[in-house]
Amino acid sequence: MSDLILAGGTVLTPKGLEETDVRIRDGLIAEIGPGLEGDETIDCGGAWVGPGLVDLHVHFREPGQEWKEDIESGSRTAAVGGFTAVFAMPNTDPATDSGHVARYVSARGTEVGLVEVLPVGAITRGRAGKELAHLDELWAAGVRVFSDDGDVVADAGLLRQAMDYLAARGGVISQHAVDVGLSSGGYMHEGSVSSLLGMSGIASAADDVILARDIRLVEMTGARYHVQHLSTATGVDLIAGAKAKGLPVTAEVTPHHLAFDHTAAQTTDPAYKMMPPLRSEDDRAALRYGLEIGTIDIVGTDHAPHAAHEKEVPWEHAPNGVLGLEWAAAVVNTFTDLDQSAFYDRLSVAPARIGQLDGQGMLLAEGGRANLTVFDPSIEWTPSTTVSKSQNSPYFGLPLQGKVVATIYQGTVTARDGIAVS
Amino acid sequence: MNHFLTIEGLPADDLNGLLDDADEFVEVLHRPIPKVPALRGKTVATMFFEPSTRTKMSFEKAAKALSADTMSFSPGTSSLSKGESLKDTVLTIKAMGTDAMVVRHKATGAPWRIAEWIEQPVLNAGDGAHQHPTQALLDSLTIRQHFGTLEGLKIGIIGDIRHSRVARSDIQAFSTLGAEVTMVAPRTLLPVDAAVFDATASEDLDEVLEDFDVVYVLRVQAERGGASVFPSLSEYTDRYGITKERFARLKPEAVVLHPGPMNRGVEIEGAVADDPRALILDQVFNGVAVRMAVLFRLLGGESNE
Repeated sequence: MSDLILAGGTVLTPKGLEETDVRIRDGLIAEIGPGLEGDETIDCGGAWVGPGLVDLHVHFREPGQEWKEDIESGSRTAAVGGFTAVFAMPNTDPATDSGHVARYVSARGTEVGLVEVLPVGAITRGRAGKELAHLDELWAAGVRVFSDDGDVVADAGLLRQAMDYLAARGGVISQHAVDVGLSSGGYMHEGSVSSLLGMSGIASAADDVILARDIRLVEMTGARYHVQHLSTATGVDLIAGAKAKGLPVTAEVTPHHLAFDHTAAQTTDPAYKMMPPLRSEDDRAALRYGLEIGTIDIVGTDHAPHAAHEKEVPWEHAPNGVLGLEWAAAVVNTFTDLDQSAFYDRLSVAPARIGQLDGQGMLLAEGGRANLTVFDPSIEWTPSTTVSKSQNSPYFGLPLQGKVVATIYQGTVTARDGIAVS
Repeated sequence: MNHFLTIEGLPADDLNGLLDDADEFVEVLHRPIPKVPALRGKTVATMFFEPSTRTKMSFEKAAKALSADTMSFSPGTSSLSKGESLKDTVLTIKAMGTDAMVVRHKATGAPWRIAEWIEQPVLNAGDGAHQHPTQALLDSLTIRQHFGTLEGLKIGIIGDIRHSRVARSDIQAFSTLGAEVTMVAPRTLLPVDAAVFDATASEDLDEVLEDFDVVYVLRVQAERGGASVFPSLSEYTDRYGITKERFARLKPEAVVLHPGPMNRGVEIEGAVADDPRALILDQVFNGVAVRMAVLFRLLGGESNE
């Protein structure tokens, strides 16, 4: 195998940031130091070099909804966005609630080979919220993160059972924290915009009451708990409180909740419709600040492809969810003040740690696995296309600052300047 | 003006301009032959994805009084019941040849979506609980005819404001035209964030009733699950119904409006609805005139092309 040199970037190492070169050979970081030469060189001058991005929250729709996305198109999209590992949510058809579906998802990811695809296992059978899924089979298939994403585990007794079971093994519960009663019949954030539009809203409390309840269950069971797509200022406070108590709780925010608030929904363009909804400007400010100070541990894209014909309908009839993988890094850089270390922490190191993923999210050191992302924070650009199968992006036409220049997975370049390398 | 979708953001001059045009069409409608050739050769499609009788008939009457042809669509008998998408339905009707689409839909923003898919003018005939702009014009016209102006009038809008597109459009039109609007409803029927409207809110009708020059009575929408927002219809009538007793307490020159269809005995007592100071049938008549004004503005004259 030939040598690939990343030349002249600011490299994130355990010792700190170094302006230097990186030699990649045989899937590993062979050498870090100045003046390296090899068969192929990527000029990283002015760019950040750090561990490959890890997304704890994507929807690749396979098996079952391949008209929206599949593991191949999703992997390509992830590579272009700088990701080297993604956790695929189990709301597939069939749901990832058994060992063989989980094995299929990871094997298909390996076959495509552009990004490591980790299946998230369902907490309940069929994600129906009635009885536990085959947690034993899922665990044996390597699943470490469990979620009924798309639906909350509404039954606190059942959630407690799952927490007790997984606490003993060290697995992670990833909760879609939205109360059913407070959200049903609602289409957007309940507030000034919903009042103006006459649309039924979803109060912020819908998220907060589940999170508060679940934190109490974590206190009782000791299970590791991760709250998905935090959307409210109160949610940030609840997480801060739980962490102050030393509870094993982590939190995620999506790029779209950093970039937009509910005024974007005033257009009734379904490109801005998702769950939980875009909330108030105050909520958005609290989320940004929470991510900056680390109360919110990670950015998870909740990349949720929907076909054009599914979104070309009035708002109320459109499915929830927007694309995110391709623009997440740029959105985080545009809308927060994270420096290079914090940027890679929230987008790589912390999600790999929460997902208990080996060989990803590691600061660059000689001998380490070559899963790397080069990000140039100075590039200004405006997205207008996507490599996803679907087109439901809220970022088309939005000026962004910073762009993924190259993605390297297992020592091989998987994307350069927005183009996937097949 | 390419489309007519919302009252929100329309300046007073534009509103008054449309009302001035409507006044002229009122005169046309009083002629022995109430018809002008202004839109001869044009076709107006009325597309009511949500059932409606009066608004649809009113638009069709308005189009015909301008000599336009009309074609209509009703969801019960259409391909929608066979699962056709909204976009395909719209493109199909466009392909038949239509110069404007009048759209009612129960989903908020549906006329805006349609306006993205076709280049012909779209007229919003009511979307969700959001907007019903021609209703606001006809209500404004009715009040302006009666008082000469809306400037300085005190208008109370009573009833299910939270779920009412009529209320949203009216509040915006009335306040833009200089009236002082009060929303009167129990908390469960007021907008969650009432502050977004240029109006004050009250939960006690009897406290504010005597201030009003215009009492605008909204229909109780029993089909919206009234029982879950107030315990019984009789409780609603007791607290918010315009009864003979409450009518008698109004200023002597005050008038009553209602967008119809009325629930006599619930939000309005029969005797009040039939009183000469109830302008309900004037509203219906004016509805044709304002829709003529809007259709003419969008489709009439070379200057718009």
